[in-house]
Amino acid sequence: MTELLVKPIAVAAPAAPVAVAEAPAAAGRGTARRLLRFLARRPGLVLSGVLLLLVAVAAFAPGAFTSADPLVGEPAENFAAPGAAHWFGTDELGRDVFARVVHGTALSVKATLIAVGVAFVVGGLLGLVAGFVGGWVEDVVMRLVDVLLSIPALFLSLALVTALGYGTVEVAIAVGIASVAGFARVMRAEVLRVRTAVFVEAARSSGTRWYGVLARHVLPNSLGPVLVLATLELATAVLAVSSLSFLGFGAPPPAPEWGNLVSEGRNYLGNAWWLSTMPGLVVAGTVLAINRIARALDGEWAATR
Amino acid sequence: MSAPLPDGAPLLKIRDLTVSYATRSGPVPAVRGVDLDVFPGEVVALVGESGSGKSTTAHAVVGLLPAGGRIDGGSIHFSGRDLTGASEKELQLVRGARIGLVPQDPTVSLNPTRRIGAQVAEVLRVHGLAGRREAAERAVALLGRAGLSEPAVRARQFPHELSGGMRQRALIAVAIAAGPQLLVADEPTSALDVTVQRRILDHLDTLTRELGTAVLLVTHDLGVAADRAQRIAVMSGGRIVETGPTEQVLTDPRDPYTQRLLASAPSLAAARRAASPVAVRKGDVPAREPLVVAEGLSKDFPLPRGGSGPRVLHAVRNVSFTVERGRTTALVGESGSGKSTTARMVLALTEPTAGRVTFDGTDVTGVRGAALRAFRRRAQLVYQNPYASLDPRFSIEEVVTEPLRAFRVGDRASRATRARELLGRVSLPASVLQRRPAELSGGQRQRVAIARALALAPELVVCDEPVSALDVSVQAQVLELLAELQADTGVSYLFISHDLAVVRQVAHAVVVLRDGEVVESGSTDAIFDAPTHEYTRELLAAIPGTAARIPAPGGTR
Amino acid sequence: MGRYLARRLAQAIVVLWAAYTVSFLILDALPGDPVTAMASAGLDGGQVDPAELAAIRAEYGYDDPLVVRYLTNLGNAVTGDLGNSVATNRPVAETLGAALPPTLQLTAVALLLAVALGSAVALLATYTRRRWLRQLLLSLPGLGVAVPTFWVGLMLVQLLSFQLRLFPAFGNEGAATLVLPALTLAIPTGALVAQVLAKSLLTALDEPYVQTARAKGAGRVRIHLAHALRNASLPALTVVGLLAGQLLASAVVVETVFSRDGIGRVTASAVGAQDLPMVQGVVVLGALVFVLVNLLVDLVYPLLDRRIVVAGRRRSLA
Repeated sequence: MTELLVKPIAVAAPAAPVAVAEAPAAAGRGTARRLLRFLARRPGLVLSGVLLLLVAVAAFAPGAFTSADPLVGEPAENFAAPGAAHWFGTDELGRDVFARVVHGTALSVKATLIAVGVAFVVGGLLGLVAGFVGGWVEDVVMRLVDVLLSIPALFLSLALVTALGYGTVEVAIAVGIASVAGFARVMRAEVLRVRTAVFVEAARSSGTRWYGVLARHVLPNSLGPVLVLATLELATAVLAVSSLSFLGFGAPPPAPEWGNLVSEGRNYLGNAWWLSTMPGLVVAGTVLAINRIARALDGEWAATR
Repeated sequence: MSAPLPDGAPLLKIRDLTVSYATRSGPVPAVRGVDLDVFPGEVVALVGESGSGKSTTAHAVVGLLPAGGRIDGGSIHFSGRDLTGASEKELQLVRGARIGLVPQDPTVSLNPTRRIGAQVAEVLRVHGLAGRREAAERAVALLGRAGLSEPAVRARQFPHELSGGMRQRALIAVAIAAGPQLLVADEPTSALDVTVQRRILDHLDTLTRELGTAVLLVTHDLGVAADRAQRIAVMSGGRIVETGPTEQVLTDPRDPYTQRLLASAPSLAAARRAASPVAVRKGDVPAREPLVVAEGLSKDFPLPRGGSGPRVLHAVRNVSFTVERGRTTALVGESGSGKSTTARMVLALTEPTAGRVTFDGTDVTGVRGAALRAFRRRAQLVYQNPYASLDPRFSIEEVVTEPLRAFRVGDRASRATRARELLGRVSLPASVLQRRPAELSGGQRQRVAIARALALAPELVVCDEPVSALDVSVQAQVLELLAELQADTGVSYLFISHDLAVVRQVAHAVVVLRDGEVVESGSTDAIFDAPTHEYTRELLAAIPGTAARIPAPGGTR
Repeated sequence: MGRYLARRLAQAIVVLWAAYTVSFLILDALPGDPVTAMASAGLDGGQVDPAELAAIRAEYGYDDPLVVRYLTNLGNAVTGDLGNSVATNRPVAETLGAALPPTLQLTAVALLLAVALGSAVALLATYTRRRWLRQLLLSLPGLGVAVPTFWVGLMLVQLLSFQLRLFPAFGNEGAATLVLPALTLAIPTGALVAQVLAKSLLTALDEPYVQTARAKGAGRVRIHLAHALRNASLPALTVVGLLAGQLLASAVVVETVFSRDGIGRVTASAVGAQDLPMVQGVVVLGALVFVLVNLLVDLVYPLLDRRIVVAGRRRSLA
């Protein structure tokens, strides 16, 4: 097995300086070409990227997709099935569901970003401190993390919502805090892995001070997996935020969010299937796209080297 | 399954075998047209460095190529029948029953969740050679046969409860269980300590001779091949470059690659040491006081609580030695001997439980702050594994200049100049400066690590197994480089190694360690030529190639 | 073994205590006046009488300093008294006890379903040599974890209940009402089990000891079941332990979708009414279930892998 890993360089090498082929000048262009080829072989990944781009545009400039009003409908046109005029159909008040989904994107994306931001910053710092400082600090932090992990995430979020009150931001913070533990664990594990790596000891024994080791070796080498987790966490947060919104703890009606749109359609399952189905599909599509990209970041790209 | 072999026909006949691996950039050939015969009862060694295709050839024989591997052409006739065309079902009947495999790394080759006995019995059960109860009994007998003490107890244990050597014996029991005609042994002992290696190979020798089993022995170590095989086939770049009786290959190699391999093999080279450039400056007596004096160093590690064993592990006990200026002292021992811990105490990376280290006349035990930094500047470390000791995100220039930056030596431009100069010192072209470690080979990386260690012009460099992760021909180059640097700069080395053959080439003084204690110490010549301690003699005898160095009159062993 | 068990038990108790403390801190110590929330909960937006406020304050002990309140409540909790619900004024423990059986029934069926489906997908995906089938099976779990649970529930109702009329959509009566909610709960859980098991099976099949087994002449079925599965089941088991608590929490969503009685409905309405003692009770119950299930998992571990007793359990999943 080991034979596969090592290039047969030794064979050609006499005692003279070892020849190193090919100058690094073309490195930049090579990377671009590699990226293009990488993407060309993965249409699903490209589609995921496009989808997330559309979601981002919808969040910041919903007008780019639809001119229909998300809050005021045409009562005469209520319960229209999806078609050319209304891509996602209309609801009981004749509001255009596509417009409501597009305008709901802003709140859902905002909540997702806040949630991941909170989890990333708080969890990442806790993990970093625990991993780098060690000793009793590490014990205390990691015991706290264990406790947070022992409370089911949704229960923890619900308790926080109860304490903080309802609303998009409150839900986002609640979801974020419920995911702190995961980030702290991964960050600590990574910091520990890097901190005990031979090259870190090599740096230390050649005289580099602890802050130099932290900034130049530990952080850059341990951040990768945490960023992958953050990407995955985006998907989890989309689901958690929409669940809480579905339960009615998010933005108050009539403001649209992905979760409460599905919830509103619940009462019309029998006669207007599109009301719940369409927003749900958007959520599922977004989550799938995020997961696909996270997978690409997590080693797939590096494996093509 | 097949007709009995006609007399004088090979048991295994490989002709024009071609194997390739599928990669993203198309198939990469690993074996290109190999011809090889193994006759009944014969031991044939397949020797080569990493990437030579020796393991691939061996695995192709048992039809167990790794994922992506494919036999593109040629034939593998075993006992008269071509295995390359056989179906998976037919191969299953051959594997285990008629061809046994002794795998490379015994520590990971046994299923951790199943008992040893069951894993041996499985062979018999799979091939319908015994019922459940009988298989269990025969498994115990086989474990005993493979040289395990208390086989009945071992059979009920799990792999993690056995040492590496014991696990390899269990795997040998698996391989011989069904009485195969051929054993394929893929680097069977390279993961083990030398003395264990020797005992296991001896036992394998005896067993296969008794049973009349032929062995295809895959090894990177010419010394092992020389000791064990009747015939040697040397592989390089997927081809067999030379094949012949062991005697002939060793004494009269035709192929230039074989010649080079022989010249760089440390175990065999030791006999021709007089010609080696490495040992040129031996013998002159140092005039000044030693650079490093270690006195009574001890290190205890607390053991996890629970269980009935001792509370602390005495990793190092009362170890004393000196490193003379411009000289090399080697710490030699097998795994667990405490040699690495000792080295770390010398560098103040680990605090000793007792004893002290004096560096250039000043006590550096437990120094902190400015004194520690001053010491760091004068003593550097080269690690065993050049793949792990370089930050993968750094460019080579950043790696080499890191110590300079840490001590704020010079400005950016002068550091860049110094990096070029250092790379020139270790015979690397300046074009690697902007590369990442992953783009370099193992030998090149170790050169970079040496350049980094030299950046601050230290007086002491501790080399922790600096060549054991490298191929033999690369090993020889790195050892020569170290000797040259010592001659040029007068640096002292503390050289840690498990490999006595390597030590003999580089060291002026040797300290033999065992279980944390000094067994014997003295000048290299004294230790090698007149060892006084039993353990030292055992270590020396275990160096592969020892038997071949003194060819018996008449040629055969 | 006794020692191992005792240590695990002690750890479980500490975790429970800490979970109680964390939930107390979140609910009692965060800004916002719980008493006003309680008083106004029943009034539907009306003005709160200050005298009534004071009375509630005294009744629930909110006059006392935080530490005293914490110690009193903790003391009560140890004896099984989790306080009274603010909305219904009935003991929290009693309400939760009554709501637990249907939820346990639901989650247990869902867990069995999830493990069965997840393992089947993982085993088949790693066993088959047909590329397309393998790709198809390996992509299923990714889909399963991406779809929102509440939406899956509604889609199942729409298809299997409204369109095909196979199962009842709502309610608690009879085994038939269990099918759709259990399936809904099982889909994301089973998908995770499948993901983890497939990944660890593929890893295990690459291990050198599998090579040894193949060199013995063992067939594919034997290698899959006798060698790879046993080693691969450890990470999957860890995931099941971690998921048990999540399953209980997901009941909040599923019971709402299917209008079933149980812990989930109690939780949803408690959060809606800002019924602090009830919410805290639910959090502690969640931690209790988590701790119990993981205690069970810890006991199973050494049976699968003998090294665990020595090394202690490693939680590989964050």
